[in-house]
Amino acid sequence: MAQNAVTAPAERKPKKQRQSQFSGMSKALIRRETISAYLFLLPSLIFFVGFVVIPMVMCVVYSFLDMGLGEAGTFTGLSNYVRMFQDPVFIRGFWNTVIIVVVAVPTVTAFSLWVGSAIYQMKPFTRSFFRCVFYLPVVTGTVAVTVVWKWIFNAYYGVLNQVIGTTGYNWLGEERTALACIIMILFTTSIGQPIVLYVAALGNVDQSLIEAAEVDGATKLQVFWKIKWPQIMPTTLYILVITTINSFQCFALIQLLTSGGPNHATDTIMYYIFDTVYRYNDFGYANAMGVVLALIIAVFSALQFKITKTDNG
Amino acid sequence: MNAAKRKLSGTSTGYRVASIVILILLAVFFIFPLYWIITGSFKDAVAINSRTPQWFPMSPTLENYVKLFSRPAMQWLLNTVIMAVGAMILTCFTAALAGYALAKKRFYGRGLLFTIIICAMALPKQVIVIPLLQEMNMLTLSNTLWAVILPTVGWPFGVFLMKQFSEGIPTEILEAARVDGAGELRTFFSVVFPMIKPGIGALAIFTFVNSWNDYFLQLIMLTSETKYTISLGIATMQGEMSSDFGLIMAGATLAAIPIVAVFIAFQKYFTQGIAMGAVKG
Repeated sequence: MAQNAVTAPAERKPKKQRQSQFSGMSKALIRRETISAYLFLLPSLIFFVGFVVIPMVMCVVYSFLDMGLGEAGTFTGLSNYVRMFQDPVFIRGFWNTVIIVVVAVPTVTAFSLWVGSAIYQMKPFTRSFFRCVFYLPVVTGTVAVTVVWKWIFNAYYGVLNQVIGTTGYNWLGEERTALACIIMILFTTSIGQPIVLYVAALGNVDQSLIEAAEVDGATKLQVFWKIKWPQIMPTTLYILVITTINSFQCFALIQLLTSGGPNHATDTIMYYIFDTVYRYNDFGYANAMGVVLALIIAVFSALQFKITKTDNG
Repeated sequence: MNAAKRKLSGTSTGYRVASIVILILLAVFFIFPLYWIITGSFKDAVAINSRTPQWFPMSPTLENYVKLFSRPAMQWLLNTVIMAVGAMILTCFTAALAGYALAKKRFYGRGLLFTIIICAMALPKQVIVIPLLQEMNMLTLSNTLWAVILPTVGWPFGVFLMKQFSEGIPTEILEAARVDGAGELRTFFSVVFPMIKPGIGALAIFTFVNSWNDYFLQLIMLTSETKYTISLGIATMQGEMSSDFGLIMAGATLAAIPIVAVFIAFQKYFTQGIAMGAVKG
């Protein structure tokens, strides 16, 4: 199956070179195929349109309205967007989110690459043991992981202070450490999937190229940068994109650990969106922030595509 | 042979030993939270509130579980199972059909549709949940389990994953089935389905775990205590009585153990599914 993963893109290439996907098909056949294809797609499309496309459109529409949840709302043009850039809480949340992304994404990617390289040539049992262990926090679930960390970080009953002898220090209550703690927990819950991906990708690197390079006397580092790195580039890109999307949406950790405090030191855009809906019932403004968050993520993803593409020549 | 290879690639023994030591330390660090949840759930109030850590519950007690089950914790667990299984079945069914069509059929709008699906996957899922709440209110589905099942089924990752798996079906076999006079549905169920079974397995386990742990969606959609999922239940308990760590750990154990067991049992499918989904066209 893993092999399949690599050959799939290669198989697609010849299709692209063809003039049309329909070459050699009669009109009647094309029509029949189109009808049957859409019948196969129909159940899925109903859910996709109903619960992804429609809410997406609603999000954009509501962002131009001044409305509470369940109210009709009045059109206010761009005022929700203008307001955002003058809202100190949003701006603070924006920068906190950027810090989380800028710290978490490279660390998660680099670290998972290191773990992946360290374990992919191990015996199958050891390999799946480590893969399992690093995936554990993801499976355990955000809420369960978060509540135990809250206990570990507790000023008096937390094992962390008890072990390092800083009893009374409130890790999550101090502006200096709160965001760092959150990033650390986010790190443990983000690294599982990238490791699985890197193990699969490294296992698929063309072994004959590596052997040829080694015979020619290439060092391990040269083998890595010249042979493995370019071949795992699509995986790296994918990991960058998914980790970015997830880090930008950091919410549960904030809500359960700090509620954005102390003094908005851990507010993120996603947490502020939630707060805007539930505390202020300002549904239009919340959706406008949602649109902006989606745009920011789109820009980041596009940038990552660009950078990795030019890197690759 | 392995030793020779190592020599050639220039890995020193020192580096290997160091990396294994680091890996083991990290493994301990990653296992510790789960260990602390489970052992914590069996500790009595004295052990929980002591100023020195008790690494293992010396006088294990079930009092935390008694307290937990005085709340509708069983109901929460049942809700979570219904939600995750419901989302899993619907997702597998719709995604298997759609993925096959996208991979093997030639039809108008195919390229466009696939592009839309890829783009949608880059959307922040949680942002969509906010307007979705309004939509569920309109459909009078909010605060029902449908509100957490339907959006999960709509998420296009499953279709994408099944398309990747269906690419591997040889076109000749489909043509042979057609020549033999099998209809579209017959072809799907007796020829295609057996070939994409591993893919469906991967998608099933993936959807189950993700739905179980999709806290944000559950938090927004479910508001009454009897409709809570186990994650929501613990989060609420934590908000109410944040210092009763024993009770909260009992809740966390109840939430984590079933899903960790499922994950370990189906680990192979799961990792396969993740690796498969990453191959972007």
